[in-house]
Amino acid sequence: MIQIFLTIGVLIAVTILLALYRAALGPGVFNRTVAVNVIGTKTVVLLVLIGYYFERPLFFDLSLLYALLNFIGTLIFAKYLERGEIWSS
Amino acid sequence: MVELIGIIEGIVTLFLALGIFFMFTGAIGLLRFPDFYTRLHATGKCDTLGEVLIISGLLIYHLFVYSPGAELSVKLVPIKLLFLIAFIFLTNPTGTHALMKAGYTTGVKPWKLGEKRQ
Repeated sequence: MIQIFLTIGVLIAVTILLALYRAALGPGVFNRTVAVNVIGTKTVVLLVLIGYYFERPLFFDLSLLYALLNFIGTLIFAKYLERGEIWSS
Repeated sequence: MVELIGIIEGIVTLFLALGIFFMFTGAIGLLRFPDFYTRLHATGKCDTLGEVLIISGLLIYHLFVYSPGAELSVKLVPIKLLFLIAFIFLTNPTGTHALMKAGYTTGVKPWKLGEKRQ
């Protein structure tokens, strides 16, 4: 079963590389933001798989934290792109 | 007991394979689709479903393999995974919607048939 976890983790890393192509070369800031958001959510699953592969439950807390931080980052960046400022006075 | 573990491993492998299939579909859509809105369409749904399937498979594996006869900190891990599933179901469509709204209000042009790929 450990081998299956390792295989799935490597395949997720391949999908992260595919999304990294769009993040590096995608035309415009919006395509890059989408790609970075996708990479962040894939990293959450990769952290859970790493926790099972090394049998260390610490990684689940890390993945919870990463899910929240990634969501907040995407939301604030979308707001900044929409209004041109973060603090609307 | 050994047969039960074999059946559980088969089910978990099925969940993981379905999840990685959906994640690959989302990544290929992100690469191949012609403009911003269609790329969001591909990633917003496929990634949510694929990640939830993978974490559900790992949750089943934990419940049947690690949980019986374990200490409390190991038994509490499925609750963390349930919270993770809830967060992904809430946050991933919300982020997609916020990005789509930002792109629409700042005037990103949709792609029409016959135009050049953006």
